[in-house]
Amino acid sequence: MISTVTVNWADVGPILPELLLISIGVLLIGLDLFSPRQRQILPWLTVVGCLTALAMIMGSRPSISFGGMFLTDGFSVFFKSICLVGVILTTLMSEHFRRIIAMPQGEYYSLLVFSAVGMLIMASAGDLMVLYLGLELMALPVYALVGLHKKENRTSEAAIKYFLMGGFASALLLFGMSLVYGLTGTTDIGRIGELINSLHLTNNPALLAALSLLLAGFCFKVAVAPFHLWTPDVYEGAPTVVTAFMSVGPKVAGFAIFSRVLFFGLPQLHDHWGPVLAVLALLTMAVGNITALCQQSLKRMLAYSAIAHAGYALLGLLAGTTEGISATMTYLFIYMFMNMGAFAILMLLATPGQPHESIEDCKGLAARSPIAAALMLVFLFSLTGIPPTAGFIGKFYLLKAAFAAGYTMTVVGAVLFSAISAYFYLRVVRYMYMTDPQQNSTLQYSPGMIVALGLCLIGVVGLGLFPGSLLDWAARALL
Amino acid sequence: MIPLSWYMALAVVLFCIGVCGFLTRRNVIVMFLSIELMLNGVNLNLVALSHFLESLRGQTFTFFIITVAAAEAAIGLGIAIALYRSRRTVHVDSLNQLKG
Repeated sequence: MISTVTVNWADVGPILPELLLISIGVLLIGLDLFSPRQRQILPWLTVVGCLTALAMIMGSRPSISFGGMFLTDGFSVFFKSICLVGVILTTLMSEHFRRIIAMPQGEYYSLLVFSAVGMLIMASAGDLMVLYLGLELMALPVYALVGLHKKENRTSEAAIKYFLMGGFASALLLFGMSLVYGLTGTTDIGRIGELINSLHLTNNPALLAALSLLLAGFCFKVAVAPFHLWTPDVYEGAPTVVTAFMSVGPKVAGFAIFSRVLFFGLPQLHDHWGPVLAVLALLTMAVGNITALCQQSLKRMLAYSAIAHAGYALLGLLAGTTEGISATMTYLFIYMFMNMGAFAILMLLATPGQPHESIEDCKGLAARSPIAAALMLVFLFSLTGIPPTAGFIGKFYLLKAAFAAGYTMTVVGAVLFSAISAYFYLRVVRYMYMTDPQQNSTLQYSPGMIVALGLCLIGVVGLGLFPGSLLDWAARALL
Repeated sequence: MIPLSWYMALAVVLFCIGVCGFLTRRNVIVMFLSIELMLNGVNLNLVALSHFLESLRGQTFTFFIITVAAAEAAIGLGIAIALYRSRRTVHVDSLNQLKG
């Protein structure tokens, strides 16, 4: 029997931002190939494309399209905004960084854009299938981005480590998904929650096995201990600009699917996943903060700090309350600005042929370039969580949410590890302000870098002083 | 009629062989093959469940997994070639420049 398929064009509306970004990605490759002399416009084209997509997403109305597979709700809009702003900041920095490392331009920007499409799809996924496809669409370009700078020996090592670990994590995740499908007969995340209730599956051993596989897969993706072992190596080996991107984009998108599945799909199992995540969050903060203490490379220190911050962000998720999820969302938004800012300063220090990634290279930065040192100071204070920077606001609401949900010991641990983290963040500040410079070259700023640093500063200081609108937005996103 | 549990047991066995291979083997290509084996365990699981649940979602999912695995292979082998060009080996124990 031949049946005709009618296309419901109303469904296409919500995915227009993704379609726009896909066409921008193809256009970037085409421009790079056919008009190599115009390569300097590629970053600006990327920024314009992402800004347009961001405007479209902010203006979109809540909808459920493709039979519940693609959701445009407040939750997805919030995560999509973080991801797109992250991509825009990365692009602005890349315009500076390409003077230091000559990476292929067209491929670089289009991979960035394709990865952004993957993140948008992850944030909107209402079905395990779409979630998996978005995840892989995000991850595959990032594997390539890590290994794109082939002249350096370290990058291919970082790329293969990232690739193998990512593939392994995806396989674990998929097996968990197949078990969930077998138990409930559906892959729709919202329906799974309902069916678990109606079929009384809450204590089913197979479902718990599926939950542990899912947790392991997600923890790999957002670099939560004990599944974090790939992170420091990959972050150190990748070009700094890609590291900055990876520590924000894929991590935030990972948290989007993590909270989507646990909070919207498996809320009945909170008694099982809440305590597990509490232990993992404590372990992550311990591993990240304590290992960061003994790092000599600033880049590797920031990698461990990124691991520790994944632990903090888990605090909101493990609470399993609306308040907790919105605290995690707020924190991720703030984390993007402060982490990107710190990596931007690291990029400023680099010169062609000499990465200058060690903490020693910060010595006397205040004498060489007072502005860069002051900015780094603000970003590091924010990463530590010192008021009045935004980092404090973010951490405060996370701790409040976890405390309200009854995880007192985890909160105590988080505060202690936060105090420990002050040591290694402020050590950099001491090197910048209280030692003599080892070299006298001044730092070069490109227009893109100035804009990126300005945005990060506005984000960190502005959200620290006036957090109201962000908190409102995050709270409204879950209604 | 072969019962569902047999298929699922085979899927679990395949998946576990993949996990063991990934954790014990030291050659990048063999580790990658182990991941493929894990994915095929998942595929078998999904297809069997889809047949017994009489729902097409599982089979659709399998198609997507196969497609993505192909794309993943292209990228993974590309990275492996880049690695071989710089190191003349694809042995994991030689990947020791990044540590700390």
